Amino acid sequence: MTIQATVDGQVIQWRDKKRYLWIMGAIIPLIPLMMWGLYAWTGATIVWFFGPFFVFVLIPLFDLLAGLDPNNPPDELIEALEEDRYYRWVTYAFIPVQIAGLIWGAFLLGGGTLPGIDDPLTVVQKIGLALGLGMVAGIGINTAHELGHKKEEHERWFARVALAQTFYGHFFIEHNRGHHVRVATPEDPASGRLGETVWEFMPRTIVGSLTSAWGLEKKRFERQKKTHWSIKNDLFNAWMFSVVLWGGLTIAFGWEILPYLVIQAAAGIWLLESVNYLEHYGMKRAKLESGRYERVNPSHSWNSNNIGTNVLLYHLQRHSDHHANPTRRYQALRDFKEAPVLPTGYAGMIVLTWIPQVWRKVMDQRVLGHYDGDIGRANLHPRTAEAYVRRYGVGTSKDEEVAA
Amino acid sequence: MSQWICPNCEYVYDEEQGNPREGWPAGTPFAKIDADWTCPDCGVREQVDFLPIEEFEHNDQDGNIIAAETRAKGDNS
Repeated sequence: MTIQATVDGQVIQWRDKKRYLWIMGAIIPLIPLMMWGLYAWTGATIVWFFGPFFVFVLIPLFDLLAGLDPNNPPDELIEALEEDRYYRWVTYAFIPVQIAGLIWGAFLLGGGTLPGIDDPLTVVQKIGLALGLGMVAGIGINTAHELGHKKEEHERWFARVALAQTFYGHFFIEHNRGHHVRVATPEDPASGRLGETVWEFMPRTIVGSLTSAWGLEKKRFERQKKTHWSIKNDLFNAWMFSVVLWGGLTIAFGWEILPYLVIQAAAGIWLLESVNYLEHYGMKRAKLESGRYERVNPSHSWNSNNIGTNVLLYHLQRHSDHHANPTRRYQALRDFKEAPVLPTGYAGMIVLTWIPQVWRKVMDQRVLGHYDGDIGRANLHPRTAEAYVRRYGVGTSKDEEVAA
Repeated sequence: MSQWICPNCEYVYDEEQGNPREGWPAGTPFAKIDADWTCPDCGVREQVDFLPIEEFEHNDQDGNIIAAETRAKGDNS
């Protein structure tokens, strides 16, 4: 389908080649269904681990083979593209499939049997299933991310539903009003620092994001001169969805499923926070004379234009444009030619974070190069800062000028 | 009563209506709002970055990223 606009009497036309590919995003919540099919077919325990295999092996391989996607919509058509409601329905469709998959999974975790699954699952099989549900949950946070940024109130409620599975309802508060404000500064819990391992980052971001979200809502209620212990507090009304969902599943399928619900939530949160870790790894905004940080610009986010992960994560990897225009819809995000680029898609990069030595080998030089050899301009992790400064020196940049 | 606009996402603060959810009751003058209050929609512009709606021509996105500081210097190329 071609969209067009008339600017200064000139007709501009553009065809979105990814238009129907976006439906692929709703393939992720079908992972549980794929596991069912694979198990009915093979009867092998290993197929219950299909979820992590899909995210950490198949998607990275697909990215390596399928290559890049340099297509940008023309600036004149961005508004028309955003107004096309087809695109938002694609994201809404994710949510019922996600919830249905979770109910199906909880039924099996509670000892249920189905055609092709003759006996209740073993503990190992249940762990695999929980990890698979967790992959869906983590990518569900990405769907919530897309929806939570929008101005329409109903989309912000959809975001809360998508976050219910991981008990991460506070995410859309902290992300929009905390992370976006402080991104690429030492104060942001959700921006990875140079020399910080993903294992150190996890507790810092999980605790820091929660306390920050709490503070943001508390402050909002203080301005209203009301108590923040209210269901109008967006943290409480978002967590209510989790209480209802988890409570309902436990009543329906037994308390035995609770440990597995925790495993799937942890896996989902891990997936999301890993992406937080790498999206701004080492990036730092300069401080202006006024005491404010320079405005976020394309140089403060790591991008990737691999088509596989791009389609599955609703252009999340066009991250510089997202931070420049947080309310812009995914289909209209553009690849900024001058923005820093990761060597592969976010899915493959997550695998690298698991071994800090490998991660540093891939990323240190890239961060150093990004700051023209001046490591002092990067967001250094206090524990390793001294070692980095000793190794690379500071203030050696040819270009000290700060872009305001 | 005047209106102020976020130069990123074009959220409009109308003094007449205020924004009670954010803690600014109807009739709160824009000047009374905290300088570090962030736009309730996009979160990436603060009170000091907002423009009177009549001065607004087009948003400041798309790499043409203008902070209040540079605007004051008149350097908004």
